[in-house]
Amino acid sequence: MDALIPLFVAIPLISAFLIMLLGKLVKGFHRYFAPLTLLALLVMAVYEFSGLGTSSIQYTMGGWAYEGGFPVGIFMVLDGFSALMLCIINLIGFIALFYSLSYIRKYTAEGNYYALFCLIIAGMNGVVLSGDLFNLFVFLEVSVISSYALVAFGVGKTELEASFKYQVLGGLASMLILLAIGLIYWKTKTLNIADVRNVLDSGYSKPFYIFIQVLLISGFGLKAAIIPFHAWLPDAHSSAPSPISAMLSGVLIKAVGIYVLIRLFFNMFVFSHEIAVVITVLGTVSMVIGALLALIQWDVKRLLAYSSISQIGLVVMAFGMGMILLAKGDNLPVASLAIAGGLYHLVNHAVFKGLLFLNAGALEHRLDTRDLKKMGGLAPVMPVTSSTSFMASMSISGIPPFNGFFSKLIIIIAAINGKFYLLATLAVVVSIVTLAYFLKFQRFAFFNKSPGKSLEKIKEVPFPMSFSMVFLAILCLALSLLAFPSINDAVLRPAINVLMQSDLYSTTILGL
Amino acid sequence: MEGMSTIVKKITQLMAGLIFLYGIYIILHGHLTPGGGFAGGAIIAGAFILLILAFGNSALNLKKEVAGSSNIESVAILMVTILAMMALLFGIKVFFFNFLPKGTPGELLSAGAIPLYNIFIGIEVAGAILTIFLALVIFKEESSK
Repeated sequence: MDALIPLFVAIPLISAFLIMLLGKLVKGFHRYFAPLTLLALLVMAVYEFSGLGTSSIQYTMGGWAYEGGFPVGIFMVLDGFSALMLCIINLIGFIALFYSLSYIRKYTAEGNYYALFCLIIAGMNGVVLSGDLFNLFVFLEVSVISSYALVAFGVGKTELEASFKYQVLGGLASMLILLAIGLIYWKTKTLNIADVRNVLDSGYSKPFYIFIQVLLISGFGLKAAIIPFHAWLPDAHSSAPSPISAMLSGVLIKAVGIYVLIRLFFNMFVFSHEIAVVITVLGTVSMVIGALLALIQWDVKRLLAYSSISQIGLVVMAFGMGMILLAKGDNLPVASLAIAGGLYHLVNHAVFKGLLFLNAGALEHRLDTRDLKKMGGLAPVMPVTSSTSFMASMSISGIPPFNGFFSKLIIIIAAINGKFYLLATLAVVVSIVTLAYFLKFQRFAFFNKSPGKSLEKIKEVPFPMSFSMVFLAILCLALSLLAFPSINDAVLRPAINVLMQSDLYSTTILGL
Repeated sequence: MEGMSTIVKKITQLMAGLIFLYGIYIILHGHLTPGGGFAGGAIIAGAFILLILAFGNSALNLKKEVAGSSNIESVAILMVTILAMMALLFGIKVFFFNFLPKGTPGELLSAGAIPLYNIFIGIEVAGAILTIFLALVIFKEESSK
C-alpha cells in the first residue's frame, strides 16, 4: 500500500510524456490512453481512501527518513484530508477527460491537450500528498503552469488575454508564496511541515509569523480567488475550454488554494485569533460580493465563475469560523461542525460546479455562443443538458433533497451555534441570491422563448458528454447521503479529525 | 532568419564545441562539484542557440529541429521517471532508490544512480530550453512574413 503513494504523481507524469511521444506515431493513442490513466488513478484513490480510515501513512523519498532525529528526506503524507482531496481530483479529472473526448475534437493539437491535462493532475496530486513546503511549491507550479497553457488553448484574442492576466497574477502569487517559504526556512531551519510545527510549538516570535501568515494568505488567496484577489478568475475560467473550466473551478482552486491554506493554517501554524478573523472576513466578503457580481452577468461561464468565487467564500468562511472557535479553545463540537460543513461543501461544490461548467460547455458546443440573451427554449431539444443543469442549479442554490442544501444547512447551524449570527444571516441571504441567478440561467437558457432562430438543427450532445453530465447529476443526489451521521462518519470524519486535532499531524509524522 | 557576419560565424565555430564540452563536464561532475543536470543542460542548449543565431536557418528546417528536440525532451524525462521507479521492479518499495553501488566519495564513478539522473536531466533541460527558443524563433519568422 505504501508503494502506491508516489505513483499518484509518477503515473500521470509518465502518461503525459508517453502521449507526447507515441501520440505522434500511433493515431488516436491519446484518446484511449489518457482516460485509462485517469481511471487507474481514480481506482487507486478510492482504494487508498477506503483502506485508510483515521490512520495516516508517511512515505519517504529514496528511503531518507531521519538523520540524528531530524527529518532530512522528502516526505509524502497521506491522511484523511489528502485522501479525500485525491478522490475529488481524480474523479472530476476522469469525468472532465471523458467529456473532452468529443468536446475537444474541434481544436487542433489534441495530443498537447491530453498531455497538459495529465500534467495538471500530476501537479495537484503532488500538492495534496506533499509533506514538504518546497515540494508543495514545485507541484503547485507544475499544475498552475499547465493550467496557464490550457486556458490559452483556444489561442483566440480573449483566451490569450485571459491567460496573460492569469499568468501575471499567478506569478505574483507564486512569488509571495516562495518568499513566505523562504522566511519560514530562515527562521525554523526546516521545510518539513510537521517539523516546522514542532519548532513553532517550542516558542516563536509572533509579529514575524503574522507577517508570514499574511504573505501566505495573499499568495494562496490569489490562487483560490478569494475576493480582493479574484480579478483573474472570471476571465480565465470563462475563456478556457469547458472541461478545463470544470477542472479549474471544480478542483484546481481547491487543491492549490483552499487545501494548502487549510493544511498550513491548521496543521503547521499555531492558531491565532487575528488570522482566523481575517480569514473569516475574507471568506464572507467574497461570498457576498461574488454572488452580487454573478447576478448581473449575461455570459453563462462568467456567471458560473463569479458563482465559484461566492461558493469558495462560503467554504473559507466555514473553515474560518472553525479556526476562531479552535483558537478560543471552547465550544469544540461547534468548531467540528463548522469544519464538517466546510469540507462537505468543498466536495459538493467540486461536483455541481464541475457539472454546471460541463453544461455550459454543451450549450457552447451546440450553439457557439455563451450569451444568455441569444439562447432560449432549449429544454425540449436538449433534454439531458437541461435536466442535469436543472439538478445542478437546484443543488448549488441549496434546495432539498440535493447535496448543496445539507452542506449549507450544516454551515448555517454551526454559525448559529457559534453565535456568528451575522454570518448565518448573510449565508442565508447569499443562498437566496444564488437561487435568483441560477433561476435566471435556467429561464434564459432553457425555458424562455427562442429568439427567432430555428431549433430544429440543434441536437443533444454526443454520448461521452451526456454520460459525464448524467454521472455528475446522479452524484449530486447521491452525495446528499453524506448528511446521514453514519455515512458522514465513514467519509468525512477522518478528514475532520486531521483538522480538529491539529497537533496530530506533526506528532504522527515525527513519531513523537 | 539570416546569419551574421563572417567574424561571428568563425568565432562561433571555434567556441561552440568548447561550450558544449563544458556543459558535458558540468553534467558529469554534478555529484562532485557545484552545478549538475540543470546548469549543464542550460549550457549545452546555449551552444546550440549560439550556432542557430550565428548561422541562421529557414523556418522550415527549424520546425524539423523543434520536433526532434521536443521528442528528445520527452524521452529524457521518461527515462528519469523510469530510473526513479526502477527499484519498484526489484521489489524495493522506495521511489528514487539509489540501487547502484556507491563507490568511493570523490571519484567520478561514484554516488550510485545520481550521475545517471544528472545525465538525463541535462538532456531534458537542454531539449526543453532549445524547444522554447526554437518556438519563439519560428513564431517571429512566421509573424514577420
